[in-house]
Amino acid sequence: MDATVRVVAAPPQRPRRGWRLAAFVRDRAAVAASVLLGLVVLASIAAPWLSAHGPYEADNLLRYAPPGTPGHLLGTDQQGRDEVARLLWGGRVSLMVGIVPTLCASAIGLALGMLAGMLSGFVDQVIMRTLDVLFAFPIVLFAIAFAGAMTPGIGTEILAITVVLIPYVGRLARTATLGVMAMPFIEAARAAGGSPLAIARRYVFPNVLSPIIVYATTLMGLMIVVGSGLSFLGLGVQPPTADWGAMVADGRVVLRRAPHVTIIPGIAILAVSLAFNFIGDGLRDALDPRTGRRAG
Amino acid sequence: MSDDVVLDVRNLRTRFGPRLGGLVAVDGVSFALRRGRTTALVGESGSGKSATALSVLGLIDPPGEVVGGEVLYRGRDLRHADEREIRRVRGARIGIVFQDPLSSLNPALPIGSQIAETILAHEAIGRAEAMARAVRLLERVGVADAPRRAADYPHHFSGGMRQRVLIAAAIACRPEIIIADEPTTALDVTVQAKILRLLYDLQQEMAASMLLITHDLGVVAAMADDVLVMYAGQVVEQADVDTLFHQPRHPYTRALLACMMGVEDDRAVPLTPIAGSPPDLRDPPPGCRFAPRCPAAEAACSAWAPVALRLTDNHVIACRRATEALVDG
Repeated sequence: MDATVRVVAAPPQRPRRGWRLAAFVRDRAAVAASVLLGLVVLASIAAPWLSAHGPYEADNLLRYAPPGTPGHLLGTDQQGRDEVARLLWGGRVSLMVGIVPTLCASAIGLALGMLAGMLSGFVDQVIMRTLDVLFAFPIVLFAIAFAGAMTPGIGTEILAITVVLIPYVGRLARTATLGVMAMPFIEAARAAGGSPLAIARRYVFPNVLSPIIVYATTLMGLMIVVGSGLSFLGLGVQPPTADWGAMVADGRVVLRRAPHVTIIPGIAILAVSLAFNFIGDGLRDALDPRTGRRAG
Repeated sequence: MSDDVVLDVRNLRTRFGPRLGGLVAVDGVSFALRRGRTTALVGESGSGKSATALSVLGLIDPPGEVVGGEVLYRGRDLRHADEREIRRVRGARIGIVFQDPLSSLNPALPIGSQIAETILAHEAIGRAEAMARAVRLLERVGVADAPRRAADYPHHFSGGMRQRVLIAAAIACRPEIIIADEPTTALDVTVQAKILRLLYDLQQEMAASMLLITHDLGVVAAMADDVLVMYAGQVVEQADVDTLFHQPRHPYTRALLACMMGVEDDRAVPLTPIAGSPPDLRDPPPGCRFAPRCPAAEAACSAWAPVALRLTDNHVIACRRATEALVDG
């Protein structure tokens, strides 16, 4: 540890992030969830090649076929449409509704929250009071308003969910930013002559990002449920397009006669939203640089 | 002002908190940093040492503010410099090493990048070049295997190593002034000596001035050329290090010295704690602020604030009893 100076010609390496991945890999639930989610995403993308039937291809002679029916592995619904095909194509919509608004809202909310937390005073007040107004509206009300003002569909649904999520992410980002701004290393960065922009980029952003990523991952699972709920109410995607929520709604009336029509998409919603939660937990541990082993 | 004065601080006053109900943490502090010399700022916690350093750099957060005085750096008053101008001084001309080496480093950035960040804030060079310089700085401050360690995060380092990293960042642009704010307080004794030695060597190497903030008189004896003793936001005694240790005149300085633990101390005198506690700066006592705790205080001390008295060329004291025989007793 004394002042031995070694002359080494090697260039500085990229930051070693390996152990962070290692921390994630140690979390078995998170790994299993990632594998499951990866498979679901791949299956949704590969839907046309995986399914022998189209999602709107009705066979009126084969309605409510139970799972295991030859040619229809998971059975058919009330119009004789293949459940596997509906599930795969519905997964595209459900995943999109879960992921896209969360990503958009995270980016916007993070920017607004950092701005509010770093500038404080008037800017902070304006941003946060505006978000509070958004915060006051329940998501279903927003979806109804958007669906009424525009044509209901996946775009409208994504927009509605994005707007609703911004205040949630914004508040978290602001709180995290305030916490970071109180840290001595921010004062140290200012004392070193760092400009506000450089401090935002290199000091605040990386430290605020982790909680946002974790929160966003959890939100994705939740938004799949919310999107399904909106579809269930008829405020999301419109028939014949299906997402998992709409599929559950379809099966509701025949719950006793053909429970598989409801249960199968229900399981898909449950599994995928749980997977997002497990991944969020795993990321929380892996993204905290302090949870790693001490090396020295 | 002689030519070798790099930083001249005059009558600095800083308020913490709002205009009403705040407190004056730095009250009329004056000192000059000379080229190549170390000036120590000594005092108890809350005496305004760190606040003085932050005021010099213009880093007092609102609603607090520097309310008076001048901070003359090369004849230019930093108090009236705009934000861009003072930012060019911070980190480049005045480097600062903070007390807590862990929380003063960004946990999300590899240490090499953090040092490079300081360089990039001040010099128009590429990131690769800044990184290469950061590695050389890490080697200079004694981080073994610097090219590899530059990519490590702060939590990979021990306390002493982190302090070396902070020092590397502070000297990255070869500052004329190094402010070291309790640089060894958070460290083990064995590490303290190494860090102080490193600071001393670097200062000599760069012929920089150092403002060393500490409450440890042992550190002062080892490092300082000149000493300012602060109490409750005010400088009570100012002298060169020999005078201060051998002919302290202010009762507070004497009390501090009596609290000092010496290994080779041949006086069979037990440590003498100072009775009472520092005053609440929200409501400072009238007169001399040390009077309520002062063994030599008389009635007049609590009534009128002492006037700074220049005993010799390099010995200033703010005590109305300084010239009296009683204080020597």
